[in-house]
Amino acid sequence: MMRRRFLVLAGSGLIVPLAPIHPAHATPAQVAALIAQLVGDADIHDARVKLDLPVMVENGNSVGMTVSVDAPMGGVRSIDVFAEGNPLPHVLRVRFGPHAGAPRFTTRIRLATSQTVIAVAKLSDGSCWRDSVDLLVTLAACID
Amino acid sequence: MVRVLINVPKQVKRGEPFDVKLLISHPMESGQRHDDMGQPIPRDIINSFVCTYNGEDVLRADLFPAIAANPFLSFAVTAQESGTLAMAFTDDHGVVQTETVSVTVE
Repeated sequence: MMRRRFLVLAGSGLIVPLAPIHPAHATPAQVAALIAQLVGDADIHDARVKLDLPVMVENGNSVGMTVSVDAPMGGVRSIDVFAEGNPLPHVLRVRFGPHAGAPRFTTRIRLATSQTVIAVAKLSDGSCWRDSVDLLVTLAACID
Repeated sequence: MVRVLINVPKQVKRGEPFDVKLLISHPMESGQRHDDMGQPIPRDIINSFVCTYNGEDVLRADLFPAIAANPFLSFAVTAQESGTLAMAFTDDHGVVQTETVSVTVE
């Protein structure tokens, strides 16, 4: 009897399957929108930025990453890194001051799945440059 | 207070870039995980890092939950005269911790 009542309720749509509040991963379109917001009207070129990440990642919980820009010091306004397959795609933003020795930053990041990671540099002359790495993650960073 | 390991050369050459390395002991809880009862674990990360030399900016970084636990940060600094390198980071509770290292320019 209980089962029958449940089926009736389910059929009437009163029992809604629990949907996750956040989608598990960002999408390339979301990241493209974030980058468009960041660069504004400027054209974005595939050069000068170097995103150093391993192509094969054994453990997504901690992946060494170095991002550097081929530009004179003082010429780089900011560097942003985005991970298309992470639940929250923005990874990092760095702005350099007068005492920075080189437009370069190293850290360790989390990667939820095999995906494309993109670095975007904004130069003080207004130009924007990018680099991307497609990588394969064997053990994903735990998201739950 | 969290434990921080900082690696800075004691003596540096005038105007020549030198590397600074930091290892911060922090869980960087992403806010994406759930505990055994299915309750979300609240986000608790270091969200901002500012490094200055004698009060002038070296760099400012905004960190997001994609930064791995126990963050390791490394970057280059130039100095024209001896001084103090200050590194301040802020967590999600608004607590600011500042570490300083003195640098001697040869």
